[in-house]
Amino acid sequence: MTAPLIQLRGISRRYGSGAAELMALDGIDLDIGAGEFVAIMGPSGSGKSTAMNILGCLDTPTAGQYLFKGAHVEALTRDQRARLRRRYLGFVFQGFNLLARTSAQENVELPLLYRGDGAAVRSAAATKALQAVGLGGWEDHTPGELSGGQQQRVAIARAIVTTPAVVLADEPTGNLDTQRSHEIMGLLMELNSAHGITVLMVTHEPDMAAYARRMVHFVDGRIARDEVNPHPVVAAPRAAAAVETT
Amino acid sequence: MLFSVFMLALRSVRRNMLRSFLTILGIVIGVSAVITMVTLGNGATQAIETQITSLGTNLLLVMPGQRGPGGPGAGSGGVPQFTESDAEAIASQIGGVAAVAPQGRASVHVVANGRNWLTTVTGSTNAWFTTGNWKLAAGRMFDPDEQAAGSAVCIIGETVRRELYGGTTGVTGLGEQLRVKQFSCEVVGILSSKGQGGMGDQDDTVVLPLYTLQRRVTGSRKVGMLSVSMEEGADSAPLKASLRQLMRERRNLSEEDDDNFNVFDTQQLAETLSGTMGVLTSLLGAVAAVSLLVGGIGIMNIMLVSVTERTREIGLRLAIGALEGEVMLQFLIEAVVLSALGGIVGVLLATGASYWLSGLMEVPYRFDPSINLLALLFSAAIGVVFGYFPARRAARLDPIEALRHE
Repeated sequence: MTAPLIQLRGISRRYGSGAAELMALDGIDLDIGAGEFVAIMGPSGSGKSTAMNILGCLDTPTAGQYLFKGAHVEALTRDQRARLRRRYLGFVFQGFNLLARTSAQENVELPLLYRGDGAAVRSAAATKALQAVGLGGWEDHTPGELSGGQQQRVAIARAIVTTPAVVLADEPTGNLDTQRSHEIMGLLMELNSAHGITVLMVTHEPDMAAYARRMVHFVDGRIARDEVNPHPVVAAPRAAAAVETT
Repeated sequence: MLFSVFMLALRSVRRNMLRSFLTILGIVIGVSAVITMVTLGNGATQAIETQITSLGTNLLLVMPGQRGPGGPGAGSGGVPQFTESDAEAIASQIGGVAAVAPQGRASVHVVANGRNWLTTVTGSTNAWFTTGNWKLAAGRMFDPDEQAAGSAVCIIGETVRRELYGGTTGVTGLGEQLRVKQFSCEVVGILSSKGQGGMGDQDDTVVLPLYTLQRRVTGSRKVGMLSVSMEEGADSAPLKASLRQLMRERRNLSEEDDDNFNVFDTQQLAETLSGTMGVLTSLLGAVAAVSLLVGGIGIMNIMLVSVTERTREIGLRLAIGALEGEVMLQFLIEAVVLSALGGIVGVLLATGASYWLSGLMEVPYRFDPSINLLALLFSAAIGVVFGYFPARRAARLDPIEALRHE
């Protein structure tokens, strides 16, 4: 068996110092294999967001080792981490974080721009990614002209346009109603199963976590429970109709 | 990459049209003020130079007089005047002299067609046309016989022609009779107009052969003034020195004697005047440049606001893999695009304004490419300088914090 895609060894993250010191993560060990769909759960302040930031190479741990594809990344510089992110990681946020007054197409092209791809390559890849999330034909719409569910789809298209190894989704359904949430989860699940993209998702909604095949529970900066979901949801309710109804 | 970042910057400028316009207003005003001031200043300098050269190119005026406490030309009453032989000596003995015109002057009433006009009558040789930079609109110069005999012929300036004969500019009056003092002369030529200048109306004149003036008007063989024109490109300083030496010798002045004549140099006068104008122009330009600085601060202000407003956007860019340098470049280019845009609008505005104002101030308008280019480059440089701090601030944001920013 090959080494896991992601290996965390004794990862700690401390904020502040002295009396105000806060141990957000306290010696985490976690292995995530390629192609997994992991839900990271836990109450507020449990350290799940901190873990997500470290997993996403947005933050560096105070102590411990982080191996990504077998390479140490815990001590990389800012720009080195940025290069790693643009190459291997895709991000989906709770608040979508699309550029306002910018077309869906251009939003999706953004990561390719930083990767240095030419206009033709960017355009083709963005069109393909938008089609993959069921937004073919919506390329010229700006976020203001799209519903919340559609905006999150654009954000997912932006995350997958670089064909990343891992998509990190931080509360991707937090701003959406139930039906849209299920549609988005269906999409993430499809990315995972059809395209083999590793999906790491932070959520506090059990309904959404139920799509994942593995659930990691955080409590007080430690992993309280790491379990396999024996019966992941395989088809979102009405998810099949998602493309038409959004 | 650079091109994409440039397009991103343009898009962001376009997204906030009103704000972008207000932001660049400071630069627009600064750039247009600098260019307008300098252009007008140059125009005024040129106008003065034109007026001085219209006196005659590279002209030296030799006048009687002692250099005294009253300044040059004071106390000319008791000092000796010149003779025609002085003129001949200068022409033959000093190198680099193009023409020497001995001239006498008198203020006289002239009469024709029953009309009376007070004007300056100049008596001189044909060299006067060269030294005075005069052209004939009609007719001819004096014949050698006329000069030798002191014939009753004259050439009149446009103002005299208009006042006495009326009719067509530069034509009417040719061949007519003109009464100067007690004698009548035939108008054999009409001078081309030099127009009104800062030196008074030069067209208000009547020219006679020198001998005619001496014989019939002043009654003396003395010559009041010598105008010496230098050859093109001749250096006035050595020429003036040898001219002075020659005149001193001809007048038998000993070492301790002061000059009893003065040499004025129009070239020097022009240089002094345009030098003064140049200083004034630079001063005005410098004052205007301060407004450019203020415009730059305006850009910095707006860029800082923009960075704060777009914190989430910056966080996102950083998260999806933008390098620090790329974010920095984006904001820097935005600032430069803004300020350069201000520079371009400023150049256009300045071109219109200085064209209009130069018409109003009656100075020639001349587009000065170097100051326009300089102002453009300077405004872009302002973008770099004042955009640097906001851009660095944007680039150094923590992506996690930035994404959380509301």
